[in-house]
Amino acid sequence: MTDFFEQAVDAMKERFDAQERRFAGEVTLILRPEHLLEAVQALRDEFKFDMLVDETAVDYWPQQSPRFHMIYQLYSMAHNVLLRLRVHLNGNAPHIETVEKIYPNANWKERELWDMFGITFDGHSDLRRVIMPNDWQGHPLRKDYPLGYEEVQFTFNFKEVDHRKPYAQS
Amino acid sequence: MGLEQKTGNMGVVTTTLEQVVNWSRTNSMWPMLFGLACCAIEMMSAQAANYDMSRFGMELMRASPRQSDLMIVAGRVSRKMAPVLRQLYDQMPDPKWVIAMGDCASCGGVFNNYAIVQGVDEIVPVDVYVAGCPPRPEGLIHGILTLHEQVKSEKLKNWA
Amino acid sequence: MTDIREVSVDELRHLVSERAMTGETMLLNMGPQHPSTHGVLRLILELDGEMVIHCIPDIGFLHTGVEKNMEAKTYQQAEVMTDRLDYLNPMGNNLTYCMAVEKLVDLDVPPRAQALRVILAELQRISSHLLWLGTSSLDLAAMSVFLYAMRERELILDVFELVSGQRMMTTYIRPGGLWRDVPVEFEDAVRNIIRIMPGRFDEYESLLTKNALFLERTQGIGVISAEDCVRWGLTGPVIRAAGTAYDLRKTRPYSGYEHYPFEIPTQKEGDVYARYLVRVEEMRQSVRIVRQALDRLPYGPVRSNNRKYVPPPRSELSKSMEALIHHFKLWTEGFSAPAECVYAATESPRGELGVYLEGDGGPKPYRAHYNTPTFMNLQAMPLLARNHYVADVVGIIGSLDVVLGDADR
Repeated sequence: MTDFFEQAVDAMKERFDAQERRFAGEVTLILRPEHLLEAVQALRDEFKFDMLVDETAVDYWPQQSPRFHMIYQLYSMAHNVLLRLRVHLNGNAPHIETVEKIYPNANWKERELWDMFGITFDGHSDLRRVIMPNDWQGHPLRKDYPLGYEEVQFTFNFKEVDHRKPYAQS
Repeated sequence: MGLEQKTGNMGVVTTTLEQVVNWSRTNSMWPMLFGLACCAIEMMSAQAANYDMSRFGMELMRASPRQSDLMIVAGRVSRKMAPVLRQLYDQMPDPKWVIAMGDCASCGGVFNNYAIVQGVDEIVPVDVYVAGCPPRPEGLIHGILTLHEQVKSEKLKNWA
Repeated sequence: MTDIREVSVDELRHLVSERAMTGETMLLNMGPQHPSTHGVLRLILELDGEMVIHCIPDIGFLHTGVEKNMEAKTYQQAEVMTDRLDYLNPMGNNLTYCMAVEKLVDLDVPPRAQALRVILAELQRISSHLLWLGTSSLDLAAMSVFLYAMRERELILDVFELVSGQRMMTTYIRPGGLWRDVPVEFEDAVRNIIRIMPGRFDEYESLLTKNALFLERTQGIGVISAEDCVRWGLTGPVIRAAGTAYDLRKTRPYSGYEHYPFEIPTQKEGDVYARYLVRVEEMRQSVRIVRQALDRLPYGPVRSNNRKYVPPPRSELSKSMEALIHHFKLWTEGFSAPAECVYAATESPRGELGVYLEGDGGPKPYRAHYNTPTFMNLQAMPLLARNHYVADVVGIIGSLDVVLGDADR
């Protein structure tokens, strides 16, 4: 890792008390939700991490605190380094501030996270479903949402499944 | 019989109404452009020069459902797309046929989950299922020819 | 399930101007089934006459639930689903997923497999760009280019069928290398392609590049600047056409790309014509890379020997007990990955395709997230389509190279 990158990581650790994890040549900084907006602003303005590459979340149900981890991947075009931030969120209806003002492309990413996980982003300009239909109930990527698996129709249970399947009349 | 031999030279052929109508329906069946996912790419390959579909009468694909007879559902139908599919099917005038192209349209394919309709026959009645993921263009053409055979054997009393 | 619940204008009030409320401007639905939307994309256009004031993309009509479904399958089984995301780049999707898995479990890839992966990925790029050329020119009413491009594409699909048995969804690139070695006819087939392709590219350019009608329809349309590209996270030919030479094959090289010198084509204007020029030049550079990789193709195995993750060849099963045990474990339970997370990215024909993979110590991925280029690129659609005519919107969608399987996953 380059000097510039180490400086950025150290600054984050000092100012926001972030923990660092390294694996397979990648660096992850674990931040607290209160510090997120400041940290991201500092990373963009001072340390030139100008592109938000990815924003996603992981669900750790049935563990409730933290239940969700938000993951931000930031990239610096000038220095060619990738940094990952992780933020822990608790509970079933978590809130976190939006980074849309800092990185405009977080708009759809956060809509997708609202759609799939039910994480509310405070201050988002347009929080509605983007991938599922507008009147869908539930948040599909949560671990307590069922897969929606349909029983496979083999020869031994052909007739039972056929009976239950809703065929179109015409 | 003898009548055709005598009148054939004058350019007159006798046949049944059933045969004529079925023959004309098969020879210029226009598909509606309903390519959704990967199978659509194979459908486009089947339409292109290498595996030409226009030799079977499908010279062009009409985007408008009002001007097409055949709906080839090529690709996976998600729950959000299902009402759109039904509306387009309803907008097609009779006679109309449906080919479910590919595994996802026939039975849900690789994706057995909340988001994909498990087989498009839950929404529209299907005449021919073409298997494959995606089916080769030749497979699609075989499906279309099977549909042609099916149409050629339709009976007068089923039209009403 | 089959009734349509339409979104009313009230819900979109914050996205359209006030003139739509009074009826001064018209809201037009360029629906999911449309000949020019390259898949099931819905655009809600607010029109003042023919001029677009606002453009609201509505995606999700091809949502497949791949990310959730991958959590229910083992790492090997989940790879089959990755082909079908960006269906014009299945080799690239496989490659990205395999890179992530290899990073997670620290698996080595032999050099012959890396070189073959490069060749296949570049052939896939050529085939994807050919299809892009065909369909976007078809939208701009240049129909013969479509037929020519599909004819060339058949040659490349024949090569894929030669190596893996399948034209499109090959699942040929597996964790640890490739599924099996390429047959002897592979080299001749690929050399034939790289011999005739540059001539064919000249043919397409002679039809389009200096064509007055094409220039009128594409120059000055859908302009975006390089700073906006970075702010909105657009990658791929879009950012290269705006001036920045950002290509993942050069900045974060993978699979041996650093050994093959090639150029990154850029343009400055950032409009539809610039993107067209960038993609055509990229096809030529891909031919250059394939030629170099094929000339220097090393001999050796095509899959790693690490039997914990790679199944042994069937011939060994009758001879060795460990091979049988490894085979049994891999087929019943699958290999386990540590409870860590990795991010692997490659340059797909559309932009940066990344996989965020997190394991949990078990045989199934705990979370597999795809960071797809089309999802990012479509966000900028309102920016690009403002103050253009409806006919230009068609050209803009074509130039962004939208593949909805990528966006909706």
